[in-house]
Amino acid sequence: MKFPYPALIKRTEDNPKWLPVATSVGAVILAFVISGIILAFIGANPFKVYSYFFKASFGSWGAFSDVIVKATPLLLIGLGCSLAFRMRLWNIGAEGQFFIGAFMASLVIMVPLVPLDTTPRIVIIFLMAVLGMIGGALYGFIPGVLKAKLNINEIITTLMLNYIAVLWNNYWVFGKWSDAGFQMTKTFPKTAWLPRLADYAKQVPAFSGMTMHAGILFGLIAAIIVYLILYRSKWGYKITLIGDNVRAARYAGINITANTILVFMVSGALAGLAGMTEVSGVVHRLQERISTSYGFSGVIVAWLAKLNPFATIIVSILFGALLVASREIQPSGVSFLIQGITLFLVISSDVLLKYDIKWVRPQEEQAQ
Amino acid sequence: MNLFEILRSGVSTGTVLLIAAVGEILTERSGIQNLGVEGMMLLGAMAGFKVTYSTGNVWLGLGAAILAGGMLSLAHALVTIHFQADQTVSGLSLTFLGTGLALVLGDGLTGLESAVVPQASIPLLSQIPYIGGILFSNHNLLVYFGYLLVPLVWLYIHKTKPGLHLRAVGENPAAADTLGVNIYRTRYLYTFAGGCLAGLAGAAISVAIAPGWYSNLTTSGQGWIAVALVIFAQWNPWRAALGGYLFGMLRRFTIDLQGPTMLFGMVNPFFHNMNLVFFLQMTPYVLTIIALIWGSSAARKKRIGAPAALGTPYQRGERGL
Repeated sequence: MKFPYPALIKRTEDNPKWLPVATSVGAVILAFVISGIILAFIGANPFKVYSYFFKASFGSWGAFSDVIVKATPLLLIGLGCSLAFRMRLWNIGAEGQFFIGAFMASLVIMVPLVPLDTTPRIVIIFLMAVLGMIGGALYGFIPGVLKAKLNINEIITTLMLNYIAVLWNNYWVFGKWSDAGFQMTKTFPKTAWLPRLADYAKQVPAFSGMTMHAGILFGLIAAIIVYLILYRSKWGYKITLIGDNVRAARYAGINITANTILVFMVSGALAGLAGMTEVSGVVHRLQERISTSYGFSGVIVAWLAKLNPFATIIVSILFGALLVASREIQPSGVSFLIQGITLFLVISSDVLLKYDIKWVRPQEEQAQ
Repeated sequence: MNLFEILRSGVSTGTVLLIAAVGEILTERSGIQNLGVEGMMLLGAMAGFKVTYSTGNVWLGLGAAILAGGMLSLAHALVTIHFQADQTVSGLSLTFLGTGLALVLGDGLTGLESAVVPQASIPLLSQIPYIGGILFSNHNLLVYFGYLLVPLVWLYIHKTKPGLHLRAVGENPAAADTLGVNIYRTRYLYTFAGGCLAGLAGAAISVAIAPGWYSNLTTSGQGWIAVALVIFAQWNPWRAALGGYLFGMLRRFTIDLQGPTMLFGMVNPFFHNMNLVFFLQMTPYVLTIIALIWGSSAARKKRIGAPAALGTPYQRGERGL
């Protein structure tokens, strides 16, 4: 049997600016359609599910503020992934780096590293952020060095490190730091909390009950910095060059080993900072489940945003909405499903950006 | 704590990793890396359990698991073979897709009980002292399937013509193409085969070794360990079997460590401080990394390793069509 197969003809002219955007948006829409069909297949009403989705995430300012809360770690992790993916380093370990970041940030309070009742809030929060980033960076160093020195598949190492980080955290929250036997530490003092909108409810009554916290500012600043690194700096140029053509980069005298380790550490630091914002801005303590697989969603966010820092902001808000909505939705796997289908469609649609497709039948091949 | 029990249980739990890793070896030998093993396993585990539960027939369940894993792998095949997409990202999204599908379709299965794969002893072989008890008595039938799978796949890859084609496609697709091997079809076929085996491996958990559906805890990362095992095994089914069984034994060993109050004449720390058990649970993941480090240097020394074309799409258009 002979299959007709597509011949992909490499595009010579540049893509119009709208095409990448259109394929991403199209992929998301199509993902919702396909997931809707699957939902209908198992007997749920997709229209009901989706309208509920929308209401739960964009229905009110309060809901939208929850969306931003969920978008904050996704944005930071997505930015870190963008940086690594540019170099074709598959850091799938954001989940683990997130947990270690959260753990390190918690050290400030749990040890405590500074006297908690006299140190000003800004110092405590600054310390937590720095330690969170150091934790993530160190945890990114391990797969980075293994990749750079021994050429060990970073996907597997980062994934294994994810499991290890979660168990490490469990050791502390179930044991040493457990608060009265619960799987969480005691609540952090208020001086360790990132400021939230609700804190200003006295001045602006509309803010009352809003959980959005200052972590989003970290995310936005990080987006600008990553943009400057990638598009305006020599280092960003090197990263992109290594990603596009590692041999050319080597000939150009770029140190691949050092850059591999460095990019892994920066990527990890951003995930670690995300972990810090989660303990300091959302749960206000270290606990067993602080991540609803942000690390993996961050990968999808980065890819869907085509590794562009500013697009990452928009996509992370969209995925934040997905996470907020799926909290209360049954069955629980719907958000995974939509994420998986979306990513599939995005990567398939990439072919439209690079090639013109022409289907060839084997008979025609003979004629040619 | 009993060596006999550890070895015996290692063989049975290791079968899961063995089946999944051998499947992934077939896929990777054709030049396609499918990182979605975890997703395919989870979907297989769900399908196997659900169909066994609703029909009462475990064989139908295994068939459903094989089909589920295989169908899911076709998504990866389509995207990476025809659309030339990045295999890493595609494999990752396959994990999401499989996990999502398994959780959605497996909603409400938790806590139910189904039929399981029957156990059997091999006549004569099970009479061998000690070894017979470890390898050939009262195992579920999938364990014996594992014994057959490894030599058969090895023979197939190394001693048959289709096996030669498979290796050629993974090493040098352009050359294989000139010889008339259909690259696309070969890659589809072995991606599908790998998916089928991953699905079966999932069902080996849910209807044989640890019966039941525990949502995404059912596989708890074993799919990823299987992928790592392939590298450790240097794409050789025998070494994958060895690795799988070793991991199985380790799993049992770490569970056994938690039981006794005394250990090697000392107070057992894992019994008296339950939280130390989290460190025991880390061991398979730490060991996977160590195995990779070990495998990487061994592979470099021997200069055998990945199929040369692993991870690179093949495109006939480049020949000037």
